Amino acid sequence: MNDLAESARLALHLVATADAELRGIVWLSLRVSLASALIACAVALPVGALVAVGKFHGRRAAVVLMNALLGLPSVVVGLLFYILLSRAGPLGRFGILFTPQAIVIAQAFLVMPLVAALSRQFVEDAWVEYREQLRSLGVSRLRAVPTLLWDLRLSLSTVALAGLGRAASEVGAVMIVGGNIDGVTRVMTTAIALETEKGDLPLALALGAILLAIVLALNGAAYALREWSARRHG
Amino acid sequence: MASRAPFSLEARGLRVVLGSHPAIDGVDLAWNGESRMAVLGPNGAGKTVLLRTLHGLLAPDDGRVLWSGAAALPGDQAMVFQRPVLLRRSALANVEYALAVRGMARAQRRERAREALAAVGLASVADRAARVMSGGEQQRVAIARAWALRPRVLFLDEPTASLDPNAAADVERVMGEIRGAGTALLFTTHHLGFARRMADEIVFLHGGRITERTPADRFFAAPRSREAEDFLRGELP
Repeated sequence: MNDLAESARLALHLVATADAELRGIVWLSLRVSLASALIACAVALPVGALVAVGKFHGRRAAVVLMNALLGLPSVVVGLLFYILLSRAGPLGRFGILFTPQAIVIAQAFLVMPLVAALSRQFVEDAWVEYREQLRSLGVSRLRAVPTLLWDLRLSLSTVALAGLGRAASEVGAVMIVGGNIDGVTRVMTTAIALETEKGDLPLALALGAILLAIVLALNGAAYALREWSARRHG
Repeated sequence: MASRAPFSLEARGLRVVLGSHPAIDGVDLAWNGESRMAVLGPNGAGKTVLLRTLHGLLAPDDGRVLWSGAAALPGDQAMVFQRPVLLRRSALANVEYALAVRGMARAQRRERAREALAAVGLASVADRAARVMSGGEQQRVAIARAWALRPRVLFLDEPTASLDPNAAADVERVMGEIRGAGTALLFTTHHLGFARRMADEIVFLHGGRITERTPADRFFAAPRSREAEDFLRGELP
């Protein structure tokens, strides 16, 4: 109990003094998570919207696949990208295994199904409401995609925030493709795992508290955005 | 009424089945836009389905809709829905969006959109978010958006339903102006007063079938069908 209290006190001290190691880990985590969430959104938002409004063979299968990918085990994704990016792998020539870029790619791949599935659901619900009006105005299904994405931008920004939260809390794939190298690819989640294993609870606790604060802040931001959107745009 | 290029609509044997129930069945209708036509009937008579089918939003299960002349292309028509669906942007941007879809240049569409909003009395709130406006204002934005397209035919589905008397009067005034500018009007309603003031001809629909088509003054004085008579007496919902 005393150990735990002492660890918590030291963790607080690390946060309060903005410890350099802690800062470095948090900053890298934020950078890679933000980059992967941005890439995932750029790809998955239009894909989700296209599946929502599209009329094509295999649409149902696409929806099932999209939803199934939500349960994609992150260590499997990590392993897949490890093989792809390793020296002997098809993307080995880029030499990015055990770099932040590798983490970004793996995280983006993991976040994409989440963003695609949620955005499909949002856009599909809106499409029921908008379809006849847009058709009456002469809007094609393809043109409806950017219209709906823009019209639902604030609702979809909560999807993006959910994606960012998913990326920030990822550990399995990041450990495999990043390697948890001190000062290079050590992010909050992998650092917590390592420090806990070593018994260095203060740093693990400090990182855990910051990670929790980030996740809470993201959820708070999503909630505030929804509220503001409802008041501003109806 | 300003003169506009002629057109004709001919619907033959229209049948639209929704679920397992025919919403309209065996509807024949010819119209050249000279008269303001109101489709009147009780709830569930098939008024909205008929309008959507004529506008091309619903494909008939049987029969066909033939447009010729100046209203033959989808771009020659516009529709105002009972519950207007407005985009989450300003009233002005909503109207501009419709014009952009039709390929109008940016500079022109800003001017046209402002004109249309001014015509429906919303010039002063053009930059307000459309979705937070009152029901009457939203209906007028929807009418401005449709009118800005300068359609040859304008369909209006229950345009005054759920509006208060002031807002309904505004809509009636705007419809009068649209008609004056040469746009043909075909609308549905179950408000007798509105139909009496705004229509030249009444098509009475009951159970998905047209039971009569009569000049408005004659319809309200002496309807020919028993269903219309019951409806006017308030004995149909």
